[in-house]
Amino acid sequence: MSLTASHIDQTPAATARDCPIAVSGLNTHFGDTQILFDVDLDIERGEIMVIMGGSGSGKSTLLRHLVGLERPTGGSIRVLGDDLATIGSNDLMAIRRRLGVAFQGGALFSSMSVVENVKLPLREHTKLDERTMDIMARLKLEVVNLAGAADLMPSQLSGGMLKRAAVARAIVMDPQLLFFDEPSAGLDPVVSSALDDLILRLRDAMDMTIVVVTHELDSAFKIADRICVLDRGHVLAVDTVDAIRASGNQRIQNLLNREAEDEDLDAEAYLARLTGTA
Amino acid sequence: MLQFAEALGRYSARAFDGVGYAASLLGESVYWTFDGARRGQPVRFGAVVLQMMQVGIQAVPIVTLLSLAIGGMLAIQSLYSLGLFGAESYAYVGIAFSVTREFAPLITGILVAGRSGSALAARLSTMTINQEVDALNVMGINPVRYLVAPALLAMVVMVPALTIWSGAVSMLAAGLYVSVSLDTTLVAFATDAAGVLAPADLLHGFGKSVLFAALIALIGVVNGSQVKGGAEGVGKVTTRAVVQSISAIVIADMVFAYFATV
Repeated sequence: MSLTASHIDQTPAATARDCPIAVSGLNTHFGDTQILFDVDLDIERGEIMVIMGGSGSGKSTLLRHLVGLERPTGGSIRVLGDDLATIGSNDLMAIRRRLGVAFQGGALFSSMSVVENVKLPLREHTKLDERTMDIMARLKLEVVNLAGAADLMPSQLSGGMLKRAAVARAIVMDPQLLFFDEPSAGLDPVVSSALDDLILRLRDAMDMTIVVVTHELDSAFKIADRICVLDRGHVLAVDTVDAIRASGNQRIQNLLNREAEDEDLDAEAYLARLTGTA
Repeated sequence: MLQFAEALGRYSARAFDGVGYAASLLGESVYWTFDGARRGQPVRFGAVVLQMMQVGIQAVPIVTLLSLAIGGMLAIQSLYSLGLFGAESYAYVGIAFSVTREFAPLITGILVAGRSGSALAARLSTMTINQEVDALNVMGINPVRYLVAPALLAMVVMVPALTIWSGAVSMLAAGLYVSVSLDTTLVAFATDAAGVLAPADLLHGFGKSVLFAALIALIGVVNGSQVKGGAEGVGKVTTRAVVQSISAIVIADMVFAYFATV
């Protein structure tokens, strides 16, 4: 267990690197249940880190820690230089202005139009005049190809559009860190793939460090610079896509293959049902 | 028996939790209202006005209707009961006291709990489930400042305002009924009623309405933020918010009456 990539990463040279996020020894309990066990994870500036794992692996909890929505029971979470485990609420608010989060369902405010949603962080954190805010919000909507939907209400958008609108809102303050919670959940493959392209474009064009939590292997392999594999609260490995694919670790292989097998089985059974040959 | 004790204990613990949470919400709301602007996170006037419209202005028609009915009902009952002693001409005494001290704040409180307490719980629970509250948090926007404080402020201003309106309408309805029945004038009724009412009676009703407003808002928010599950959860907490706030209003009414009178 101790020979995982995450431990290889923890050399002195690694700590000297430019890491806007550095998690070490993170433990989390909800009541009596331990969710995360001694998680170590360094995320480098400008990379796309995909946190991957099945349901119940603790990946969503880890994300909630990284954006300060949960406090850890033990360990440290350094984000942009501050330890979120011990930070005061004022400093946490300040940190949060430098990061953006695109939630799974978009989490747009249903009482406001799309452009008003995107403007909200500007309205609350800056003293810009209305016209400037409007221009900035519409620019970001253009980045995510939603310029035409600016004046619609969230209820009028499709699932993929909701997620892109959420991305526009997340990047409106030009954050250094951008987080995605299950970007491909509930989307068809074409839309999901377009969202992956958007994530890649954001990193290249806006020089952001991006953390993506997902259980979709295809999406993870397509966008990741490095992948962190979580299993039942333990980090199994943190490594490049190729290294993860080639990993000799049985539990990683199980994780990769089980998903693939499940999909195959489902497809065949479905076909059999359709053609009546079952 | 042991199960019952356990359930009772768990229920009490949860109730205390809720009360503590409500108190901290109240404290935080007051803090943001007075200190938010200095910290660059003011409670938005526009948001308060919007809530005031929903809580107050839009409730005027139904409050008016119910107050008319209450005033009429009180007049009918007073004339009947006092008529047993031939003391109909003193009907204004009972009507004036019961409307200003009890009926106006109570009926307004119950109405607002049903209309706006439920709406508040439903809105907050839906926002919690859709991760909108999380989204506010990660945007560095304090949800208490952004969502709770405007609702609380709007309630604390609009419920007393509605209560005053309700009292006036009830008195008008009662006065009309009494003056027609006894063949006197509305002016005579109004003068008589104003003669028995002391400022303390008006304050009694007013103080209650402020208390009810805070109870409705806090119970709505506490229930809304404790939502679990999806749409079913929203329904549950909404119902619970209404039942709890109406119960709290009636009980607080009795306690308030005791301490302010005896």
